[in-house]
Amino acid sequence: MAKDILRKPGGFMDTFVYKPGQDKGNTHYCPGCGHGILHKLIAEALVDLGVVDRTIMVSPVGCSVFVYYYFATGNIQVAHGRAPAVATGLKRSNPDSIVISYQGDGDLAAIGGNNILHAANRGENITVFFVNNAIYGMTGGQMAPTTLLGQKTMTSPYGRKIENEGYPMKVVELLSTLSAPAYLERTSLDDSKNIAKTRKAVRKAIQCQIDGKGFSLVEVLSMCPSQWKTTPVESKKWIKERMIPYYPLGVKKDVIEERAGYFPPKIDIDDESIKEMLGLKKEKLFRDRAMSDVPEKYRNPQIKIAGFGGQGVLLLGQTLAEAGMRHGWNVSWIPSYGPEMRGGTANCQVNISEGPIGSPVVDFPTILVALNKPSLDKFEETVQPGGVVFYNTSMIDRKPKRNDIEAIGLPFSDIADELGSLKFANMVVVGAVLEKTKLIDMDIVKDALKEVIHNKKFVETNIVAIDRGAKAV
Amino acid sequence: MSKELIKGNEAIIKGALLAGAKCYFGYPITPASEIAHAAAFYFPAIGRTFLQAESEIAAIQMCYGAAGTGVRCLTASSGPGISLKQEGISYSAGSELPIVIADIMRGGPGLGNIAPEQSDYNQVVKGGGHGNYKCLVLAPNCGQEMCDLTILAFDLADKYRTPVYILTDGFIGQMMESVEFPQPLKIDQSHKAEWAIMGNKETKHNLINSIYLEAEELEEHNIKLQRKYAEMEKNEVRFQTYKTEDAEIIVSGYGIVSRVLKSAVDVLRKQGIKAGLMRPITLFPFPKNEYAKFAAKVDNIFVCELSNGQMVDDVRLAVGKAKAKIHFYGRMGGVVPTVAELVEKITEIVKG
Repeated sequence: MAKDILRKPGGFMDTFVYKPGQDKGNTHYCPGCGHGILHKLIAEALVDLGVVDRTIMVSPVGCSVFVYYYFATGNIQVAHGRAPAVATGLKRSNPDSIVISYQGDGDLAAIGGNNILHAANRGENITVFFVNNAIYGMTGGQMAPTTLLGQKTMTSPYGRKIENEGYPMKVVELLSTLSAPAYLERTSLDDSKNIAKTRKAVRKAIQCQIDGKGFSLVEVLSMCPSQWKTTPVESKKWIKERMIPYYPLGVKKDVIEERAGYFPPKIDIDDESIKEMLGLKKEKLFRDRAMSDVPEKYRNPQIKIAGFGGQGVLLLGQTLAEAGMRHGWNVSWIPSYGPEMRGGTANCQVNISEGPIGSPVVDFPTILVALNKPSLDKFEETVQPGGVVFYNTSMIDRKPKRNDIEAIGLPFSDIADELGSLKFANMVVVGAVLEKTKLIDMDIVKDALKEVIHNKKFVETNIVAIDRGAKAV
Repeated sequence: MSKELIKGNEAIIKGALLAGAKCYFGYPITPASEIAHAAAFYFPAIGRTFLQAESEIAAIQMCYGAAGTGVRCLTASSGPGISLKQEGISYSAGSELPIVIADIMRGGPGLGNIAPEQSDYNQVVKGGGHGNYKCLVLAPNCGQEMCDLTILAFDLADKYRTPVYILTDGFIGQMMESVEFPQPLKIDQSHKAEWAIMGNKETKHNLINSIYLEAEELEEHNIKLQRKYAEMEKNEVRFQTYKTEDAEIIVSGYGIVSRVLKSAVDVLRKQGIKAGLMRPITLFPFPKNEYAKFAAKVDNIFVCELSNGQMVDDVRLAVGKAKAKIHFYGRMGGVVPTVAELVEKITEIVKG
């Protein structure tokens, strides 16, 4: 019987194989350190709750960087402060596992402050054990966010001052203001009564995860005789007299009972459904066409479309590109993006080509669509000799100046207005361009519309707009 | 037919899903945001995980966790975000985790702007974070490759247990082209039980780790990594050439620049200048031998980048003391050179 009681908990490895050196049986922690006690409580709990095999322990940076030496679980060692983010990735990708993030105060409250805050705020179904010993241990006794006022450390040699470092951070109280966390408690390892309470809290926090109740965190006040420069006995006294008054023990939040467990549904989708969901199974009208069927001067067009933002310039280009693709041609479409867009003018560039498209940039268009005057002013000069300009006489009060290009002026906006909205001007242009150039079959472009116009109730009117544009030429 | 007119950024996500990606963790940034938008739309629709992280730093760390359980996962960003991710990428390289990272480059340094640049080359190809590591880097230059190279990236990440980048500029990310998507791939991930931590009895003795306390042990780990990179250099070099057989001048660039250069080659040939295009598809491993071969044949190699000249350093190293002279022409701030501009620069070199 006595043998049984003294045995190492089953949550620990029999021999600490990852631990370097000769001693594979004892931990690397200093005499009087609290980590060993908390490790034991967790290891026992994992066994008693029957989840050792399912558990993944996340080892942080700090004294507990070597958590993976000890636990007979899946182990992953991570960057300083990032344990909650890594734990999120572990849990989201493998919801059946029990994910435990074990972190110290520098790791969790300083460098990883953002990560713990957001993991808690998302209500990640993970368990965090947060060891607060008011100091950086492994790194050599520097100040932590939890270092007490007046406490001397390597980086607060005159004692922590409110004016310079602010107040010690109360992590569980801070997190308790959030809606998502299920269970938050602060315990201590300073005496056997508090250890017993910690034991209970550890179990409750892990059970919370097993039951799918969401984020749980236990802040454990823990001794660090080495960096506090105290004896193990004095360090327990220091917790009782100095830490607990500032960091009151107890449950700060517990909504476990009132919350239903959530287990993400397992969805197994067959290949055909995947293709369906990715939009790869749509019925689309394709019909190969030889570019030689297009009048010579309009073949392999390089198109620039320009106008005010809101005139549907980008969609106009997309419609032509989508339709060109349906004839089996190579196409490219590039928007002007960024500050240019916000300045009120927009343009896009479209290539439709029987051969491969080298540069998709249209510096010198063979077809220019100018929907407003600034666009004509800016791009007329760039049109290739022999090219064609479609310009919007509703908004442009001059004719193109060049005589080596074909100029087609139509009141695109007025026609659109007759159809009920200026928004249809772009499709009036499509009709005009295709009627003039014979580049794309009308049934193809109308089918292409279904793909580029997301609000299906506008498809019909846009088709009417295309017809009106075609008639207007 | 599964041919689609689609933005390069979106093609990455469809490619990733067809390659079996189970998780996407990311943070929005222009001009890469369409990747996150598409991921947010499609991942949950087929029962997979999309999560917008609290930061770029967290996004890559979430990938670290997910990759650790053996699932295929990815993240995406642009320059400033990639700088933040470097911590996690170094850890992923150290812990040998297969993660796919897309970098849709914008203008820098600092906040720069959102126009296309190629100034992340050094931080992506040369290792970026701390430590003796490299990432495999694939450089698509069209919509089809945004899909195809993403799929390849997952395969290579798994094969070498390493982070793999998709590196391209905002131009290729924002451009729509027609893309033909393959069937969903059948991926057997069971072999990952050898190292992944899947939260079960079979894998509970596995450890994912980049800490090696003993100097000799860490050196050994580093040597193992270097062997892996040497293996990549042996097996994974990819490039594309265009009219190089009889070329008297080689022009070179990646991403959008390779497209402009290709058109420039056609114009130059019409003008009687025999130019040929060498376009690296893998930036690490860099096609060193191919450049060296060209350098022994031609007098001039013209390198163009949307940067102050970052890839050109690798060309110079590859070429060594061969006879070819290396010329560099770069545009920065988001300016993409025109075909005419490059034709003029190249003509100047040829005419001496």
